[in-house]
Amino acid sequence: MDSTVDDHSDDVTRRDFIYIATGAFVAIGAAGALWPAIDQMNPDASALSLASVDLDLAPIQPGQAVTVMWRGKPVFVRNRTPEEVQKAKVVPLDDLKDPDARVLGVTAELPATDENRTKPGKENWLIMIGICTHLGCIPKGQSPADEKGPYGGWFCPCHGSMYDTAGRIRQGPAPRNLDIPPYQFVAGTKVKIG
Amino acid sequence: MVHGPEYQPKTAFTRWLDQRLPIVRFAAEFMNFPTPTNLNYLWTFGGILAICLVIQLFTGIILAMHYVANTALAFDSVEHIMRDVNYGWLMRYTHMVGASMFFLAAYIHTFRGVYYGSYKAPREILWMIGVTILIVMIATAFMGYSLVWGQMSFWAVTVITNLFSSLDSIYKGLGTSIVQWIWGGFSVDNATLNRLFSLHYLLPFVITGLVGLHVWALHVTGNNNPTGLDIRNQDKETIPFHPYYTVKDFFAIMVFALLFAYFVFYVPNYLGDAANYQTANPLQTPPHIVPEWYFLPFYAILRAIPSKLGGVCAMFGALVILYFIPWLDTSRVRSTKYRPIYRYFFWALVISCISLGYLGSKSPEGSYLWAARFFTIYYFAHFLLVMPILGLIETPTPMPASVSESITGRREPRSGRGGMHPLPAE
Repeated sequence: MDSTVDDHSDDVTRRDFIYIATGAFVAIGAAGALWPAIDQMNPDASALSLASVDLDLAPIQPGQAVTVMWRGKPVFVRNRTPEEVQKAKVVPLDDLKDPDARVLGVTAELPATDENRTKPGKENWLIMIGICTHLGCIPKGQSPADEKGPYGGWFCPCHGSMYDTAGRIRQGPAPRNLDIPPYQFVAGTKVKIG
Repeated sequence: MVHGPEYQPKTAFTRWLDQRLPIVRFAAEFMNFPTPTNLNYLWTFGGILAICLVIQLFTGIILAMHYVANTALAFDSVEHIMRDVNYGWLMRYTHMVGASMFFLAAYIHTFRGVYYGSYKAPREILWMIGVTILIVMIATAFMGYSLVWGQMSFWAVTVITNLFSSLDSIYKGLGTSIVQWIWGGFSVDNATLNRLFSLHYLLPFVITGLVGLHVWALHVTGNNNPTGLDIRNQDKETIPFHPYYTVKDFFAIMVFALLFAYFVFYVPNYLGDAANYQTANPLQTPPHIVPEWYFLPFYAILRAIPSKLGGVCAMFGALVILYFIPWLDTSRVRSTKYRPIYRYFFWALVISCISLGYLGSKSPEGSYLWAARFFTIYYFAHFLLVMPILGLIETPTPMPASVSESITGRREPRSGRGGMHPLPAE
């Protein structure tokens, strides 16, 4: 039987439209259903509420240090003596293994001077995350009985990293200075970390 | 075994793979499976149930990332999911409503099986696997509800596990020992909750395995169809599962999803009990202990029988009796479509089950109790008396000679071709 009907097989048909429209909605629906399943693994509201910690600095005497928990990590808060501050200020930048101030939340590259690692007018207060930048141990140096290492700051017992009185790495396998978390001094003697 | 067109691997890679692990063949044969042309929408519930299982597994595993199975922390961990976890409320409500949707679909699917005689030879094993799936679903849902550790969770576990103490009337001390073994202590406590969580995580995978067997058994015999007649001409009376039934099932799933979404987003707690939003208190029984709606018929049967052991036997018996239906029903006709008398009894069964459900939510006293007893008697009588007796005495209505004839309305020549050679196009 010869064909007297025109061949329209190349035309876009209603069926093509339906296939593509259905496919598009399935894709959108699948993405919409999948996002909550992925997002539920992100830190939840209770974890995010631990985002800041308030601390009263009044009881900390010069030469004393406390460790507080912030976002699950130890934070070293030391009220440095003038000698400790001076010792940190006189170190030339070229002597430092890591020249970056390592201030979290700051995008600019700051040199690792003592001024950049503390707040103006409050340079006796050194607040840093107490996790060795080598493999994650907590360095010793918070308590008066602790080994502080040859630079008078902190000493990591795991692999021998040595930090100075500004928490900067001077010797040992750690590649970076101890991180400075975001913090602000608020009314009176309080500080808000994070 | 029902077979569609043979799969032919087309590329060198698919030939290589087919010789080592024929999964592409498996998928192709599934998609091409010859399915009767005349299936109605009641046949979409199998696919709907598979989707329900996937949804429950998916949301359940996510919930398990945040839930804590300890009596001191469980209830709070559920509230933590609802309030703190990103989209936790969505995961929890979907899982909770999903359980109800799962049972709704399962009951419709089962009643479809009863109406159309899908349990009759050669589908007896298919039916029995289905009953097993239902029983494991019931266990899973019961355990899942207990994990919330609300008032209803705690007291439901106490009541239902205490049922086994009825065995004391058979052999002294047996029931009490079994109940203590289940509890892991002298009362429902942390040991119980922990094992309920473990088993609730396990059983859905058992269900998945059973579903695999269920679909396999179905593919050996082929689907039943609304006429209940055997397929005699595969070319004329069946169509490939894909694209015809994949598309139809997809549409049915979308309609089902609409109902599902209505509950999840507008009235998520409608099907539940407010008492479960109170933390479990072992020293205070709630005024009305009521299970979720899908357990109410069994609960009504349990409380209808005056004896404790009798009630337990009747409740479990109501499920166990389903296994025997293929042999209890003596009718030579599969589908109720052609059974004019049985049809009334079928609807009586449906009405009994729904009534038992209503009565399960009421206090078992006065006229509620007598009604529950009446419907319990009818429930068992349907399987033990109606099915065996009616099949022998009922005259079926005239049936078409074949599925083709039922669709086209034209009489086929009864030439005994046996479906080997399709008739030429007219």
